[in-house]
Amino acid sequence: MGKPKLVMVGNGMAGVRTLEELFRIAPDMYAVTVFGAEPHPNYNRILLSPVLAGEMTVQDIILNDHDWYRAHGVNLHLGRKVARIDRVRRQVVAEDGTVEAYDRLLLATGSTPFMLPIPGNGLAGVIGYRDIADTDAMIEAAKKYRHAVVVGGGLLGLEAANGLKLRGMDVTVVHLGAWLLDRQLDEVAGRMLQQSLEARGLKFLLEKQTEALIAGESGRVAAVRFKDGMQIPAELVVMAAGIRPNTALAEAAGIHCSRGIVVNDTLQTFDPKIYAVGECVAHRGVAYGLVAPLFEQAKVCANHLANHGIGRYTGSVTSTKLKVTGIDLFSAGDYMGGKDTEEIVLNDPAGGVYKKLVIKDDRLVGGVLYGDTADGPWYFQLLKDGKDIREIRDHLLFGQSMVGDVGHQGQSKAAAMSDDAEVCGCNGVTKGTIVRAIKEKGLFSLDEVKKHTKAASSCGSCAGLCEQILASTLGGAYQATASDKKPMCGCTEHSHEDVRRAIRERELTSIAAVTKGMEWRNADGCEKCRPALNYYLISTWPHLAADDPQSRFINERAHANIQKDGTYSVVPRMWGGLTTPAELRAIADAAEKYKVPTVKVTGGQRIDLLGVKKEDLPKIWADLAAAGMVSGHAYGKSIRTVKTCVGAEHCRFGTQRSMDMGVKLEKMLFGMWSPHKVKLAVSGCPRNCAEAGIKDVGVIGVDSGYEIYVAGNGGIKTEVAEFLCKVSSDEEVMEVSGAFLQLYREEGWYLERTCHYVQRVGLDHVKRRVVEDPENRQALYARLLDSLTGVKDPWSERLDGELRKEFETLAVRPA
Amino acid sequence: MSEFTKICALADIPRLGARVVEHPGGDIAVFRTADDEVFALHDKCPHKGGPLSQGIVHGKRVACPLHGWNIGLDSGEAAAPDVGRCGRFEVKLEAGDVYLKA
Ligand code: SRM
Ligand SMILES: Cc1cc2nc3c(=O)[nH]c(=O)nc-3n(C[C@H](O)[C@H](O)[C@H](O)COP(=O)(O)OP(=O)(O)OC[C@H]3O[C@@H](n4cnc5c(N)ncnc54)[C@H](O)[C@@H]3O)c2cc1C
Ligand code: SF4
Ligand code: FES
Repeated sequence: MGKPKLVMVGNGMAGVRTLEELFRIAPDMYAVTVFGAEPHPNYNRILLSPVLAGEMTVQDIILNDHDWYRAHGVNLHLGRKVARIDRVRRQVVAEDGTVEAYDRLLLATGSTPFMLPIPGNGLAGVIGYRDIADTDAMIEAAKKYRHAVVVGGGLLGLEAANGLKLRGMDVTVVHLGAWLLDRQLDEVAGRMLQQSLEARGLKFLLEKQTEALIAGESGRVAAVRFKDGMQIPAELVVMAAGIRPNTALAEAAGIHCSRGIVVNDTLQTFDPKIYAVGECVAHRGVAYGLVAPLFEQAKVCANHLANHGIGRYTGSVTSTKLKVTGIDLFSAGDYMGGKDTEEIVLNDPAGGVYKKLVIKDDRLVGGVLYGDTADGPWYFQLLKDGKDIREIRDHLLFGQSMVGDVGHQGQSKAAAMSDDAEVCGCNGVTKGTIVRAIKEKGLFSLDEVKKHTKAASSCGSCAGLCEQILASTLGGAYQATASDKKPMCGCTEHSHEDVRRAIRERELTSIAAVTKGMEWRNADGCEKCRPALNYYLISTWPHLAADDPQSRFINERAHANIQKDGTYSVVPRMWGGLTTPAELRAIADAAEKYKVPTVKVTGGQRIDLLGVKKEDLPKIWADLAAAGMVSGHAYGKSIRTVKTCVGAEHCRFGTQRSMDMGVKLEKMLFGMWSPHKVKLAVSGCPRNCAEAGIKDVGVIGVDSGYEIYVAGNGGIKTEVAEFLCKVSSDEEVMEVSGAFLQLYREEGWYLERTCHYVQRVGLDHVKRRVVEDPENRQALYARLLDSLTGVKDPWSERLDGELRKEFETLAVRPA
Repeated sequence: MSEFTKICALADIPRLGARVVEHPGGDIAVFRTADDEVFALHDKCPHKGGPLSQGIVHGKRVACPLHGWNIGLDSGEAAAPDVGRCGRFEVKLEAGDVYLKA
């Protein structure tokens, strides 16, 4: 018995993506055979428009070349159309007689252009717009003929018309609707679009019904006649009046079809051996005509073909973009609105900008952007996340940079950026490089862009910009996933949220229990999920789940920060930024003894010894420990520093003893691991010399007590902390700060700073748990203190014994 | 001609971890996988020289601590889309001890 046989009919975007997903998770499971009616390997159909417009060549848009099929052992039949499925014998028969047997069959036959049922629709010169052959026919026609008529003013029709115009033809678009793109735009945006296309020389006939196509002397089409009697010349007619799912093959085989091949949430047809994906499919009554939802289907389908049996496709919200260079247009969701919805509208006809956001129950449900689409992906993400927008409503229309969620403010005009503009400052990646990679390598997601170009793979502040570039390059093929559904990493389908919940509810206490119990693709996980899992385990089950050093990033494993040359830095803790002559003397001695090349005062009010060799770490720590110093955790996703000002102890304006308060907080939190690093500050008065306004927890002394602020960030993108509450005693400061941090520790996703966590769950949620519910606050605080009992200094723990091995090198010694 | 020499017991290398062997030709990283296979690579990432021994081991790969390239333990090759190769050394396990030829 060989491997089971998987046969795929239709060698297009959805089908091949399913194979790619399948090869990734179960590379050797099936012997795969593919039939493609077209003579080409899988190409990026959505880029046929730039090919027609002369901006790209067919060679540029190939996604999987012949080598790819060969490398995966695919038996490829190109230029062979499958004529029949024999479900009893489980085989497919091609038009040329080729027969292939299957154990599983995957139908991915796409769709066909709808040809209006009017006289003359079969004449030479009348074509649909679907594939390379159609595109070639249009390019050839443009060389010989003058008049083109495009039937249909939808996305496809306009892209065809634009391309033909650029190739020198005189183009008229005929459209039945009252305005262009009436399936994507409201009337105002539709009219603005028409104006700018007219300015490029395109002609439009709206609310016109085509009656017949008239042949000329040669037998080729020569004119189009309308119901009202009007007739215009046309030697090329492109039908772009819609598509029809390609179901003939399935229907003939008796597979249930209704507006597409009917599939369930696992992409299975009514015959359990037969799956279907792509435009040929009707899922919950919907047939999609854009790539992004089809790719979601592909992922789920592959998962079931691989017998993993997890993942369900539950439908998609789509967004669209017109791929006509120089025209910016974006639409998503319910763009028209209705009687239960509200609208926020900006209309600037002179400036060529129109924005409409449709809101229902404080959530964004749809929108249209014309002229300035930079914020399209952001709105789309808000829409998919179903985020409560009450708090940002008054800025919403002005975009992400006004709300303050994007890295490089004011640079959010992806489309307007020149190719040599730097997008990623960390890795020096330009817009041109990213656009080229998206096109040449066929990238569709931010993750792929990160991997291939390294943009947004370091500090991540340009991620939003990269997504905008993706969206503007890909058109509607770009799809944001709802944040709480994003898989943690390539090892799993599960999101951070799912995993945290499972660890708690199913009482999982080891990494192996998670990766096994939740069906990880690779047993060991990877460098992205393991540190997250380790944190989730130890924070959910303190004293119970064992810490796994091998699942910690080197800084946390070695308790020192790795430098570019492989040496480490040592930052002893200085509680609240305070030190003593004796400590300073010990630091000076250690720096000399271990020949530390650089001694620096950090931004966190303490001293950094940089350039220490790994094997010297335990020795220098021992010297520091002798002077009473402990680890500063300057390396960890953990409590970092509590910055203080001099406060009422010395300062003439001080209202509270901020140094004392800061030291107490820092001692309380010593050794606390968290989803990301945590920084606090305490200022003695509102002059705020400790910069409490940009800390995870900021405490500001006032005459009557303290104000507590949370979720500030002074890093990649400065976020001002938000006021949480006011308290009157030191004990309350400890309880409220502790409870807030515990909430974050329990609910935050790994690598989410408090500012991102609070943006996700909302400050209201935090207030409800921490401020308004004293019982819950005390319970949170108690859980924090419990998990911190018995915490030891990681440095002195490693001075000798088993843990010391990490710092010793081996020598080659004769046997 | 160099010979296999004993460097440590298998137990001296943590599972999913590595140890560094000092060598005149540059440090060598000796890795141990989840199922106790051992591999040895030059302790120098083909990207910018990061010490691979300090990375996170998963499957038959190590993720470099500096910028996260993934290097195949058996091939020394960087995983796509990154391109680069790291020198390999022969290692073997005998009676619970690790032997390196370098
Ligand atoms: C040493 C220090 C710079 C200095 O010489 O002053 C420093 C050094 C590093 N910072 Fe920082 N940060 C230092 C204060 C800060 C501050 C200022 C502060 O803490 O008041 C900030 C802004 C405040 C904030 O975090 O909100 C800061 C924001 C960052 C960020 C951005 C974090 C963010 O969420 O936006 C990173 C990147 C990260 O953590 O992912 C980072 C990362 C780093 C790393 C760890 C980069 C790395 O992964 O290797 C640097 C380690 C160098 C080393 O080996 O020692 N560092 N870093 C400061 C140590 C403070 C300390 O005593 O612990
Ligand atoms: C010009 C153009 C521009 C587009 N622009 C966008 C865009 O900007 N954004 C977006 O999201 N989407 C866009 N789309 C739509 C997108 O291309 C489709 O949604 C996607 O290609 C559908 O994938 P599929 O695999 O279902 O079908 P296809 O990619 O059409 O693949 C189906 C394949 O099956 C073959 N086939 C059919 N029957 C048989 C048979 N019996 N035997 C063998 N082979 C068979 C067909 O020849 C075809 O090659 C555009 C489409 C076109 C034509
Ligand atoms: S210390 Fe901080 S700001 Fe400076 S280079 Fe390193 S990460 Fe960047
Ligand atoms: S040095 Fe290894 S990834 Fe950069």
